[in-house]
Amino acid sequence: MATLTAPDRESFKLSMLLYDTRYRSMTIQVIAMIGFVSIVFWLISNTITNLNNLGKPVEFGFLFEPSSYDINQRLVEYNSRDSHLRASFVGVLNTLVVAFLGCITATIIGVFVGIARLSKNWFVSRIMTVYVEAFRNVPVLLWIVLAMAILIEGLPAPKAFRGENATASLNLFDSVALTNRGVYVPEPLFSNGIGDVALFGQSSLRFSVSLDLILIIAVLIASFYVSALIKKRANRIQDATGDRPTTWYLRLGVTVLPIAIVLWMLGFHLGYPELKGFNFKGGTHLRNSLIALWLALSLYTAAFIAEIVRGGILAISRGQTEAAASLGLRPNRIMNLVILPQALRVIIPPLISNYLNLTKNSSLAIAVGYMDVTGTLGGITLNQTGRELECILLLMLVYLTISLSISAVMNWYNNSVKLVER
Amino acid sequence: MNFSVSENMFQTNSFQSEAENQEEGKMKKSFVLGTLAVAGLAAGAAAAGTLDDVKARGTLNCGVSTGLVGFAAPDANGEWSGFDVGVCRAVAAAVLGDAQAVEFVPTTGKTRFTALASGEIDMLARNTTWTFSRDVDLKFEFVGVNYYDGQGFMAPADLGVSSAAGLDGATVCIQTGTTTELNLADFFRSNNMSYEPVPIETNAEAQQQYLAGACDVFTTDASGLAATRATFENPGDHVLMPEIISKEPLGPLVRHGDNNWGDIVRWTLNALITAEELGVTSGNLEEMSAGTNNPEINRLLGTEGTLGAMLGLDGDWAKRAIMVGGNYGELFEANIGEATPIGLARGLNAQWTDGGLIYSPPFR
Repeated sequence: MATLTAPDRESFKLSMLLYDTRYRSMTIQVIAMIGFVSIVFWLISNTITNLNNLGKPVEFGFLFEPSSYDINQRLVEYNSRDSHLRASFVGVLNTLVVAFLGCITATIIGVFVGIARLSKNWFVSRIMTVYVEAFRNVPVLLWIVLAMAILIEGLPAPKAFRGENATASLNLFDSVALTNRGVYVPEPLFSNGIGDVALFGQSSLRFSVSLDLILIIAVLIASFYVSALIKKRANRIQDATGDRPTTWYLRLGVTVLPIAIVLWMLGFHLGYPELKGFNFKGGTHLRNSLIALWLALSLYTAAFIAEIVRGGILAISRGQTEAAASLGLRPNRIMNLVILPQALRVIIPPLISNYLNLTKNSSLAIAVGYMDVTGTLGGITLNQTGRELECILLLMLVYLTISLSISAVMNWYNNSVKLVER
Repeated sequence: MNFSVSENMFQTNSFQSEAENQEEGKMKKSFVLGTLAVAGLAAGAAAAGTLDDVKARGTLNCGVSTGLVGFAAPDANGEWSGFDVGVCRAVAAAVLGDAQAVEFVPTTGKTRFTALASGEIDMLARNTTWTFSRDVDLKFEFVGVNYYDGQGFMAPADLGVSSAAGLDGATVCIQTGTTTELNLADFFRSNNMSYEPVPIETNAEAQQQYLAGACDVFTTDASGLAATRATFENPGDHVLMPEIISKEPLGPLVRHGDNNWGDIVRWTLNALITAEELGVTSGNLEEMSAGTNNPEINRLLGTEGTLGAMLGLDGDWAKRAIMVGGNYGELFEANIGEATPIGLARGLNAQWTDGGLIYSPPFR
């Protein structure tokens, strides 16, 4: 007669940690964890001890000393008497500028090339293939240096614009100067501007924002909002009656008129570049270093984005295109309304990592003398103060923060375009 | 026991020194830790015993510039030569008896201090300015001055600017990570002038940008300007401005913390300078080293006294150092002097007996 008896509850023995499969994996993990933590702890304490022995204890006081160097491209006011922290902030802004510009142009070029590579036109698709392969397979540093070399050697020096027998002249109705020191474009000026607002008082992160700009942006947003309301109303009427009221003049009016009035009231005019002394004065100066870096990073990253876009489009089944065509949609509307919205779901996750790559690759800026945060904090400041460890740690923190912020924004966008599954 | 294991395993690294083992003994608890430290994570690894390291390695690692004709540049065969290179070779000859036993490590203005502090190089001879903060804060030991320099400006002759006071608004090419960057900021600030700095990583790139007209003027130490100009196709089309806006005493340096090594480099340089002062040249070296009536020459060349032994070297150390490229004056004339394309006059760098600043403490 068989009786089921519960097995005796074994008392826990120490050897079970190793021989009992229920506990073994946990034992191994705990040991690995202890090993890992102690190695990390040892590395850190060893570094700190050694630096102390060298007489260079880890401390960040140097950030508040005057930097004593100048930076050519600065989005906020800065001079050589400001602190190293301020110089780093100028560098961070420069990094953000080139990363922002680069991501936008890389996306535009990438999407265009990716679609063109699928073109039925043999010539167009082959050209795009050549472009993608050329840029993808050569290190970006070489593209940056090449772009800079072309700008320096290919464009005329400012002195070529001088005198009676000038060999170069301004482009676009005398408004744009292309020189080997950069491109000078007209700048917007306001003769009755309403001033700036200073933020963050006297701290190293202080910056001022132009109230003119805020006003213009606010007016534009309001105009577009009203314009959208008019469109909504037109849709409603169309749905109800089948007739679409003519609204283009209304929408044009609310978009253009308010901003024109605001610009007139602010006394908007353009400041043109003029050759004065050694250089062009006036206008906005886009330095060669920025252009070369921006161009090279955009073209390089665009090659990767093009492949991602192409992959995303190919991932949408052919039936979708055929179904859309059978509804009578024209090819470019099929692309815009049917294919791309679905392809975005495939495209965006790898796109994020390309944005991150572009941002991190911007640290190659020093090759062309662009003063990004690697050039200021990780370059001159590091070199003049000799605080290698502190500077590099701060630099890593900066890039980590920027990258995580980009990821966060893009993940949020990814969630918003995700197919809602039920 | 662990101590002996790690010592046997790593004969050639700097852990072998007894003194350091005691000093940092607390960190070297086991073989594993020693191994990891060798992986380069220990910043203090090279704090002592550089002389032993160099001897065990058989070569001297000497940091030089990435290429500045006259001071340190490789020729077509990859052979380094120049004024700074001469100092490296003299030290190698004094320590190792072989002027060719030098591993030249090209460093940029940005990488040089890290290379020296981390122990990648044993000494740095890269026209480096002796400043308070580098000496005190960066923990380096400048062993002397081999060239008294000052920062100047070079501009194309057709720019029509003859003085630095007329540079308001100019675009200036600078090598980044140097004192010139700071001097420049101070100069323009104190003269209430504006300028546009174009930071550049190496001298060669600076030259390219300057020649293409991407900057109006190029600034660096006057000696560097002369050396750079000498390599131009038409050196006559470029003028050096008269203003010297800074003091730049250039000299070789070593890390803090190894005074014996610092002494060796310092007195090798002094030996070259003293040799010129006493009239010892590469030509009469053999003759002089047979013994002379001048006791200082005898002490210098090791026929009298034990100066070499005090440094931990043999008696002929200075003789070997001088034999490489001659004395200080010969090195100067051969590499950057008026007979060379660089064409620098001795000026401040003449012996003190000729009204210059070059002056060595006595060999006694």
